[in-house]
Amino acid sequence: MPRVPPTGARLNSMHENLTPKNTILDAKQMARIIRRMAGEVVETNRDLANLLLVGIRTRGVPLAEQLAVEIERMEGVKVPVGVLDITLYRDDLSTIAAQPQVKGTTLPRPVEGSTVLLCDDVLYTGRTVRAALDELLDFGRPRAVKLAVLIDRGHRELPIQADVVGKKVPTSGDEVIEVTFQSTDGIEQVRILERKAPR
Amino acid sequence: MTSETIRWTRKDLLGIAELSPAEIGLLLDTAESFSEIGERPIKKVPTLRGKTVINLFFEASTRTRSSFEIAEKRLSADNINFSTSGSALEKGESLIDTALNLQAMAPDLVVIRHGSPGVPHMLARRLQAGVINAGDGAHEHPTQALLDAFTIRRHKGRLAGLRVAILGDIEHSRVVRSNIHLLTKMGATVVVGGARTLMPTAVEKLGVEVAYSLEDALRGADVVMMLRIQLERQGKMSFPSAKEYFRLFGLTRERLKLAQDDAIVMHPGPMNRGVEIASDVADGSRSVILEQVTHGVSVRMAVLYLLSGVTASEES
Repeated sequence: MPRVPPTGARLNSMHENLTPKNTILDAKQMARIIRRMAGEVVETNRDLANLLLVGIRTRGVPLAEQLAVEIERMEGVKVPVGVLDITLYRDDLSTIAAQPQVKGTTLPRPVEGSTVLLCDDVLYTGRTVRAALDELLDFGRPRAVKLAVLIDRGHRELPIQADVVGKKVPTSGDEVIEVTFQSTDGIEQVRILERKAPR
Repeated sequence: MTSETIRWTRKDLLGIAELSPAEIGLLLDTAESFSEIGERPIKKVPTLRGKTVINLFFEASTRTRSSFEIAEKRLSADNINFSTSGSALEKGESLIDTALNLQAMAPDLVVIRHGSPGVPHMLARRLQAGVINAGDGAHEHPTQALLDAFTIRRHKGRLAGLRVAILGDIEHSRVVRSNIHLLTKMGATVVVGGARTLMPTAVEKLGVEVAYSLEDALRGADVVMMLRIQLERQGKMSFPSAKEYFRLFGLTRERLKLAQDDAIVMHPGPMNRGVEIASDVADGSRSVILEQVTHGVSVRMAVLYLLSGVTASEES
């Protein structure tokens, strides 16, 4: 059974014992969903001039960028895109082996007074979003913070929910959702992978 | 950058000599990410919450110690300062007893400066905690070399292929040793220059060029790094007077013209204006001396962060 995916240097399946189970979204379906999400963002945010999209590293960033492109296409408004690296705010730093790499945060506009739309590829336990909220608030007091995710896979461990959801995918704890983007991985798709018990 | 693939596996940072170019690259890249925190309205991240750092300074230091302290506080670590005056260190306690006492307080990291080379290494062997060398005698001062490299990279975009002139009191400087190791490992050419009486014998064995006049050393340099004349570290004066030293070996605007047009001027501080460097050069447009101080905090945050992820039992 080949467990190496076709492309992408940093896919989940490469560093854990995971086998692909099925592809839930291909590039076309992903594009359609992101377009619909952008529509929802426009619908619920009348004041687009105040909106700041913030992608959570790594794969929240291409989602935020694609949402910005779609919003511009629909409304002719360029919404700024920031990048949040939540590594320094993680709650599991003392339990993992070596320190993960810190790649830095960049916000193109003051958070103070903005409506921030946090973007991430997968919403799972909610811990990443908790860390992102803590970091964001250290930059100032946003008028509001909202959350957009491509996939909501359930299993929350904190009281956190998304405002804009691409697709709800019921999963089991043995499964991993792998979202890849053209810009980060060379291929655009969403797959379910299964964790194989070590032989 | 090659640091994408490497992980930090050392409990201690004792010197530059033992580091690989990939490890140096990882430290510098990590520091780059930390520099943004110093520009935030709230200059603090929760990363080292609940970790204890002991700053143990057996030698006077303002800049290095406060830089470490700020770095520790910005990472939310709890820090405690021990200095020689007024502590048991002055009352005749042996170093080994000091180490055992520290161990009993279960710190996560110990930052140490000591007048004798090798003291941080001895502590590192005896402590569970990670040990950071903040200067041991005339041996190494790794975080200074890292912040110098960080500053050079910020201005030149690279280290490889640069010509770096290090000028002044080569004999008594720990900064120069760490810098030679780092810069040559990263592919820069280092020329050391200064008075013969301040030049250690066989210094060329470290892989550097040697010049005995400031002019020869400066010619074509991309980076000019001045060292302080360490009057307190010398048993006797190695030159007749500070005035004469400045006349022969001080960095003046005129002499700086021998270096590349876009050469930057660095100094680890504290400066002796009018001895090794002219005031108008120290304050001039080519000087990056105060930037070095700013970058020192980012570099030390990176070191504290990476070391805090490795415990004694995991070290490979």
